[in-house]
Amino acid sequence: MFILKILIRNAFRHKLRTLLTILGITVAILAFGLLRTFINAWYGGVEASSASRLVTRSSISLIFHLPLSYKDKIRQVDGVKTVSWGNWFGGIYIDEKNFFANFGVDAKSYLELYPEFILTPEEEKSFFRDRKGFVAGQKLAKRFGWKIGDTVTLKGTIYPGNWDFVLRGIYRGRDQTIDETQFFFHWDYINETMKKRGSPRTDMVGFYMVGVTRPDRATEVALVIDNLFKNSIAETLTETEKAFQLSFISMSQTIIMAIELVSFVVIIIIIAVVANTMSMTYRERIGEYAIFKTLGFRGLRIAGMIVGESMVITLIGSFLGIILTFPVAVIVGKMLSNYFPVFNVAEEAIYMDLAASFVIGLLAAIVPTYRAMRIRIADGLRRIG
Amino acid sequence: MPPIVEIINVSKSYRRGSRMIPVLVDINLNIEEGEFMALMGPSGSGKSTLLNLIAALDQADSGAIRVGGIDITTLSENELAEWRALNVGFIFQFYNLIPVLTAFENVELPLLLTGLSRKERSEHVETALRVVNLEARMDHYPSQLSGGEQQRVAIARAIVTDPTILVADEPTGDLDKVAAREILDLMDQLNRQSRKTIIMVTHDPRAAEKARVIRRLEKGFLDNVHSQDPH
Repeated sequence: MFILKILIRNAFRHKLRTLLTILGITVAILAFGLLRTFINAWYGGVEASSASRLVTRSSISLIFHLPLSYKDKIRQVDGVKTVSWGNWFGGIYIDEKNFFANFGVDAKSYLELYPEFILTPEEEKSFFRDRKGFVAGQKLAKRFGWKIGDTVTLKGTIYPGNWDFVLRGIYRGRDQTIDETQFFFHWDYINETMKKRGSPRTDMVGFYMVGVTRPDRATEVALVIDNLFKNSIAETLTETEKAFQLSFISMSQTIIMAIELVSFVVIIIIIAVVANTMSMTYRERIGEYAIFKTLGFRGLRIAGMIVGESMVITLIGSFLGIILTFPVAVIVGKMLSNYFPVFNVAEEAIYMDLAASFVIGLLAAIVPTYRAMRIRIADGLRRIG
Repeated sequence: MPPIVEIINVSKSYRRGSRMIPVLVDINLNIEEGEFMALMGPSGSGKSTLLNLIAALDQADSGAIRVGGIDITTLSENELAEWRALNVGFIFQFYNLIPVLTAFENVELPLLLTGLSRKERSEHVETALRVVNLEARMDHYPSQLSGGEQQRVAIARAIVTDPTILVADEPTGDLDKVAAREILDLMDQLNRQSRKTIIMVTHDPRAAEKARVIRRLEKGFLDNVHSQDPH
């Protein structure tokens, strides 16, 4: 207790300097936490992906379609439990800036594959009954003020024309990692319209979602599916949902690396700032360290006092930074909701904040501690007076 | 009885650039238990250096220093730290109190290195502060005390562990006449009543008058013993 008392009183001996240092640490930890949250948000889709779901798409590119007839062959593969399919619709709501993901899917099988999208039984029934019905995530519905029964018109980009949909359900995610900004409707609605127009895209799907009986069989099942369509007009590429999501992220890997680098640079800068504060403290207290040594305090106890003081300052700043990360992340998340549907401060980000705090506190104190431990008493006492 | 402090052929020099400056040359000195000795001499004569060597704050180049029968020149840094905590009480010119601690906490500081309980420490601190007549100001910070009071706290801190010797480096150098007299009277009282061995460095003849023995250092050499009647 006595030593803790000394640490706290010493830490606030120069109030302005300490408060400015704490402010710097708070801002740095806040920035670090937000940048880590950015990175987590980027990987949001990967985190939410299931190990028991596979994605089958054209081996050439995602923009090439696959025949609907593949569904029956895939269904027969040993280890396959459910097959669903869908198309990226790419519709625009009023203006391009209102971007959100929208898909035409085979509703029943899709919801079966995604138990994390939670609808009431009434909403589900109502959605299944209405060919023009759609389901939206609660964040998306809230963003545009949609209510059940509202008609929403999307302007098709891949499938031209204005498409009217009726909101039949608003889903909520099973947990915080689930994207609640999606818009999905019946694939049949697109297909029938294409049929009427005599489009070559009739009975073509953008992707198959395949549910496997056991996650450990996912790789094996993926191989069997791709072998089924080898040397056909539309060869497939089947991968786990996670790998599929990661392939999207790999396109922006450089940006993620840059953000990661910046997050660590922030920590390095704050280490330098705290180290400067601790060096000034050391210079001012050389005499006091000599007095402690005179009284019989050993080098390690003096080291403990310097490291302890550095930790007190750093942990106060870090604690404030961590607390502030939550409301700031909510604000930033709202601002960036078009790009990051899930922008939550991850547990991992907090652990990294805490780890960074300890690293800052320890590294900042290394040089002053080393010097204080080595100082000769007679030299230190000469500094007084 | 053997002397409490024995200094045998001790030399010390400092390096200034490429030159070695001798500060103490072949010093031999015995200090008896219960003695109050004043070390006098002009600035740069080596008196503070000699005091630092006796208190194990610095190391001699050669020779031996025995305090209470222990040759402190052979002890390691950690052993010296422990030895100082148990055997030496320090009184400095500028009091050297820790500004963020109250008078009570400053006096308690050396006791943290002992195995005493909190209650036992409190009793020791209160006794030490009573000796220096500062019980009423135990919760004051150094900045709230006068120079004389700060020096009394420093004396309480020096005696709280009941050390073998008390070393004082210009203890009245930063005080006015009245406060200086009070401090010297207190040291005199500690020497007479508690039989504390005191070694005091001073260049103030009035301070030296309180000592039983005065030794003078001149350019690193020690003169002959000069005893005086107690005042």
